[in-house]
Amino acid sequence: MSEDKEVKKRELLLPGDVIEEEDVKPGRGTFMKDKKIYASKLGVKTFRAGYVNVAAQSGRYDPKRGDKVIGTVTDVNSSIWMIDLNAPFPAVLHVNDVPWRVEFGDTASYIDVGDAVLVKISNVDELKKVQVTMDEEGLRKLNSGQIIEIAPSQVPRVIGRKGSMITMLKGYTGCRIFVGQNGRIWIDGDIQGQYLAVKAIKMIEEKAQALGLTNAVEEFLKKETGKDLDLEE
Amino acid sequence: MKEIISKITKEYLYTLLREGKRIDDRGMDEHREINIETGWIGTAEGSARVKLGDTDVIVGIKMDIGEPFPDTPDKGVVITSAELIPLASPHYEAGPPREDATELARVVDRGIREGDVVNMSELCIEEGEKVWLIFIDMHVLDFDGNLFDACGIGAMAALMDTIVPGEEHEVGEDHPLPINHVVVPTTFSKIKDQMILDARLEEERIADGRLTVTTNEEGHLVAMQKGLSGIFDHEEVMECIHKSVDIGESIREYIRGLSEEKI
Repeated sequence: MSEDKEVKKRELLLPGDVIEEEDVKPGRGTFMKDKKIYASKLGVKTFRAGYVNVAAQSGRYDPKRGDKVIGTVTDVNSSIWMIDLNAPFPAVLHVNDVPWRVEFGDTASYIDVGDAVLVKISNVDELKKVQVTMDEEGLRKLNSGQIIEIAPSQVPRVIGRKGSMITMLKGYTGCRIFVGQNGRIWIDGDIQGQYLAVKAIKMIEEKAQALGLTNAVEEFLKKETGKDLDLEE
Repeated sequence: MKEIISKITKEYLYTLLREGKRIDDRGMDEHREINIETGWIGTAEGSARVKLGDTDVIVGIKMDIGEPFPDTPDKGVVITSAELIPLASPHYEAGPPREDATELARVVDRGIREGDVVNMSELCIEEGEKVWLIFIDMHVLDFDGNLFDACGIGAMAALMDTIVPGEEHEVGEDHPLPINHVVVPTTFSKIKDQMILDARLEEERIADGRLTVTTNEEGHLVAMQKGLSGIFDHEEVMECIHKSVDIGESIREYIRGLSEEKI
């Protein structure tokens, strides 16, 4: 039922399309001109807290303050790490923003090129320069498991309504899973579980627009694991 | 810019391979799904679009009349080029071809040249003066690993699709390109001690060595190219060659099927 409503709500906009809505402010993926709101991206119209947004259908990740993301370290110098977030520009992680006390020039012994990190975006300026931080609970360097990539626009699908999809994935596969807002997903657990989780996520990505996706994925996981978990409670 | 792959992803791929598995559930000697469409570009003399999993390439053939090389005055000329455009991957840049594009073009070229694919003597119009030039242009649309096989298969399919435009150039009738042999390249990647066929992008990025083996329908080896710094021992090379003959045959049947359909 509720999924039917969702489908109706999904209205695809082209860049330059006028958004005819009363009493809304222009949000992400939109711009205002002559008191009219236009879409600046190809995507789906959504509303949140009085703002109208256009969520891009494809493309790279557009960094937003407060997002928790998974990055790969691409460069190290004496006071910063450069981090690739699958965004148009690299992000900067400063030595002051990590939970350790790092001596000047000793950066590489804590985090080195090729390491994966779970970080939060602390600031994005007008020029799209991105700063990230690791100095917060739950943020860390990822030492085991694996990372897969999906389109950033599919992230809400993998998480599901109120986290239903991700809870199910974790329950059936026995893996620790973290979905970064930039479309990178970290999966850790035994090798069979990881393998299954990857397959399930690929399935979600392929059938993202299908109705009853959660049920289809649950069926698949039940069949593969032979388990039947009651996750409603 | 070279892409940096995270250490933990690398480790995961190694662990899977140790257990005899691959990220997309394929066997070690299994190709991804291949899809070939010939005649894709209407204005070209011959063309093919090849999809090898998510790798997507277009090969076009242009025929023109020009002078032969002085050492082969009675033979046609083949010129192969490859374009790796930014559309295909964020790590490709516009500009003159780099090492990888040059290598790709040369490996495909070698298979076609040494495999005696086209009967070059029939492409001579006037000895020492006028011969047919065959331009093989390969464009990569989407890069997900193993361009060698995709482009090699595409070039072969496109050549078999080619009609020599004799009437347009007033040197006789239009006729299909005279084909002697059908060659197919197969590329093996070596990751640690494991050899895999048709590596995907992720696998290609962690591969130590790469060996492209091109064979023809008689089971003859016509060209080889070894890439990257890893080493293959004698037995491994022989294994690749034997497998290449078998795997090549199934792809060859597909390409032949396409040209028969046309007739």
